[in-house]
Amino acid sequence: MALPPEAAGHAAQSSALGGVVRKSGERRDSVVIRFAGDSGDGMQLAGMQFTAESALAGNDIATLPDFPAEIRAPAGTIAGVSGFQINFSSGEVFTAGDEPSVLVAMNPAALKANIDDVPANGVIIIDREAFTEANVKRAGYAANPVTDHSLDKFQVIQVDVTKLTSRALQGSGLNNRGVFRCRNMFVLGMISWLYQRPIESTVKWLEGRFKRTPDVLDANLKVLKAGYNYGETTELFASSYQVPAARIMPGTYRNITGNSATALGFVAAAVKTGRPLFLGSYPITPASDVLHELAGYKNFPIYTFQAEDEIAGVSAAIGAAFGGAIGITTTSGPGMNLKAEAIGLAVKTELPIVVTDIQRAGPSTGMPTKPEQADLLMAMYGRHGESPIPIIAASTPADCFDCAYEAVRIAVKYMTPVILMTDGQLANGAEPWLLPDTSKLPEIKIEFRTDPDGFMPYIRDPETLSRPWAIPGTPGLEHRIGGLSTEDLTGNVSYSPANNELMVRTRARKIAGIEREIPPCAIFGDQQGGPLVVLGWGSTYGSIHEAVKQLRENGKRVSHIHLRYLNPLPSDLGEKLRMFGKVMVAEMNMGQLLRLVRANYLIDAVGCNKIQGRPFKVSELTSRISRALEG
Amino acid sequence: MATALTRKDFVSDQEVRWCPGCGDYAILAQVQKIMPEFGIRPENIVFISGIGCASRFPYYMNTYGFHTIHGRAPAVATGLKVTRPDLDVWVVTGDGDGLSIGGNHLIHCLRRNVDMKILLFNNKIYGLTKGQYSPTSEVGKVTKSTPAGSVDFPFNPITIALGAHASFVCRTVDVEQKHLGDMLKRAQAHRGASYMEILQNCNIFNDGAFNDVSDRQIKAEHQLVLEHGKPLIFGKNKDKGIRMSGQRAEVVQLDNGVSDKDLVVHDETNLALAFMLGNFEPPLPTPIGVFYAVSRPTFDGAVNQQLEEAKTKQGPGDLQSLLNRGDTWTVN
Repeated sequence: MALPPEAAGHAAQSSALGGVVRKSGERRDSVVIRFAGDSGDGMQLAGMQFTAESALAGNDIATLPDFPAEIRAPAGTIAGVSGFQINFSSGEVFTAGDEPSVLVAMNPAALKANIDDVPANGVIIIDREAFTEANVKRAGYAANPVTDHSLDKFQVIQVDVTKLTSRALQGSGLNNRGVFRCRNMFVLGMISWLYQRPIESTVKWLEGRFKRTPDVLDANLKVLKAGYNYGETTELFASSYQVPAARIMPGTYRNITGNSATALGFVAAAVKTGRPLFLGSYPITPASDVLHELAGYKNFPIYTFQAEDEIAGVSAAIGAAFGGAIGITTTSGPGMNLKAEAIGLAVKTELPIVVTDIQRAGPSTGMPTKPEQADLLMAMYGRHGESPIPIIAASTPADCFDCAYEAVRIAVKYMTPVILMTDGQLANGAEPWLLPDTSKLPEIKIEFRTDPDGFMPYIRDPETLSRPWAIPGTPGLEHRIGGLSTEDLTGNVSYSPANNELMVRTRARKIAGIEREIPPCAIFGDQQGGPLVVLGWGSTYGSIHEAVKQLRENGKRVSHIHLRYLNPLPSDLGEKLRMFGKVMVAEMNMGQLLRLVRANYLIDAVGCNKIQGRPFKVSELTSRISRALEG
Repeated sequence: MATALTRKDFVSDQEVRWCPGCGDYAILAQVQKIMPEFGIRPENIVFISGIGCASRFPYYMNTYGFHTIHGRAPAVATGLKVTRPDLDVWVVTGDGDGLSIGGNHLIHCLRRNVDMKILLFNNKIYGLTKGQYSPTSEVGKVTKSTPAGSVDFPFNPITIALGAHASFVCRTVDVEQKHLGDMLKRAQAHRGASYMEILQNCNIFNDGAFNDVSDRQIKAEHQLVLEHGKPLIFGKNKDKGIRMSGQRAEVVQLDNGVSDKDLVVHDETNLALAFMLGNFEPPLPTPIGVFYAVSRPTFDGAVNQQLEEAKTKQGPGDLQSLLNRGDTWTVN
């Protein structure tokens, strides 16, 4: 069953700002801030820079951008509101937080779009001047919410962001529009002071970004510092706060989004194989950033091909794989539909490619910037004919690196297309990433067939059942492959009924055999089984883990298993699930993994589903799990 | 390895399965005959096709071959050629595969100028699916799917390619073996996308569609052979020519004071002229030969040049430093 919008049961959240006595450096363990404004207000940028500052300050972090599909919806309207939420903590962080303890609202629409998520006594920082009569009306408010007492249960802090920004830029020569666009830096400076974040990394970033426009750089720096100093000198804030560094694994970290990690995972895999990487892709939200990022790494060498359409993107990747490159394609749901026929060709010709589906809310165009997990059954079955494909799903932004790497490893080892699944939440969300030592990454070996003696295009490795990768340019191995049913071994066109069944079954056995490489399921919780296990896959990892952890801290016996390999499934999954009285499958769809579990293991699992283009809140899960434990 | 290649080196062991009398046989024979002249070893040649009668072609060539899916051969070939510029890449397609389901890939491949040969077998009909009208069928065509006659206005394969600024556009005829061979040589010599429309007879579903240019009895009166730098002359007795009348072409009789000097001289580098010739329809003759051939950078060449430049400027990619770049922090 689906959860109601904003399900009841707010998780306990400490208010970030409390009391009125002005102190310095009061300690907080964890804070959730949401920056919200018009899509032109630069909230994503302010959020990302605040994230970088927090990461450098040693906090564990998780972020969740939430922006409209429209680049610039009419200014001041609800449709145009863009938000960025960050959860930073001195402890371990698994989600971007259920609800913001601090909401920065740059205009009335940003306030209206987000106010329902702010808990009572939460802090709301607004730009006073943005609450003009016209803006208030445009946002759909009958009266100014700042003055009509409707915000009385919150701590509202009004700041003259616009006025202070333009004052800081007096004589800068910037026009009104240019001045207005610096407001996000004022807010960033102010919030940075409030949480004692060093702004050096932002200064450095601005210097890089506006290298060629010194006047704009100068203006941004001035406003950033003005915001910081304003926090310090004004008495609006009772105190600044400290969120001490988290105790996390030793090593070198950087902040990474899922899309960046995906791109880097592919680069790493290609480097390991010593083959060029070829990405054939067509721009689509939320996948385009992988294309953008890989386009910058030509020297590796990496080929990026912005194709004429989704079909050409995957087809070109198949062509590149035929020639011996690491062929990949990246897309989201609508593009997956278009690529299906070509993916089937890769299944049939047994060529290694990786198809990345960065899922978004569907069906059809749906909500392009919002996450969902409703493409699982399409990845499993969304092709004509019997065409099994390995499926791997990343669970956190940084995990996208490992999963992209693993997808390539499996593709070339088993000569098969592999589907890598992430989603909009992972794609744009960020977390600290413990940088891997590249010399310790798993081996990916590619051996092209060169020996003509005994060569046949469909002769198979006895263990993996993969066929040889015999690339053009190799003397004596000239052969033809294609989509038509082909004879075992020779690859010649064949309509033999028995041969067709043999080939279908062989390909299925090949993919099923990957199971032997999949590690056993890890159980978080009751190792010997218990009353309830929550099964998840993909980006729900953080929410489920946090919910289960909270419940266990309260003495509830609930466990968590999270899947990376969706096809084939881990060989011990059925056995592990049977150790529990109840299996609940939590996913952002109508119950797709649920169906697979029920079909594969005949286990009477139940679903916990949400299809709102928003991740599960921890509180939603704790309440659902608690009810399941009681029932 | 210096042994000279022969036709046999390019003939696969597979039985050719086109209908007896199909124009495809003549094209296959000519390709296999000409191939040795290029001096490229079979292992360095790849034939890529989509779906349709023409697309069975790769199975019959003893080179590397890839029979892909309907319409997508130019896209598959682009991925291959860009990453493997060392290979000699050929795409074989038809009027349905290349101009209907795969029209998009074809025009984009042509505008990008990916270095490959594209042989489009145009028989103005769907053969493999047994006789529906195609995007090059004439208006009024009665087929199984158009019992009352097709109402679709057809594509012109030549002007479509010219409209995409293809750098090499030619037309030939399945039975014109010498001309077909010459065009294959021209196409092979060209750097970039070499586009060849081959008028091909489907003797089962659209027999005689190109009789006026292939029938020995009458073809000389209908076939205009284009030659760069030469006046446009045709006719059994070489007594007809093409002259401009204002902005329109007209057929003139070469006598009564009309001489070569009054005629249009073919210029393969003139796009406007190529368009005009591409649009010839009766009573004007059907041009065959090279309509247009110009040199411009190839897509695969430019892409690889950017990769080389990046390597020169930044050095070869270093994975560890790529991962570690940007703001990092260390936890002890």
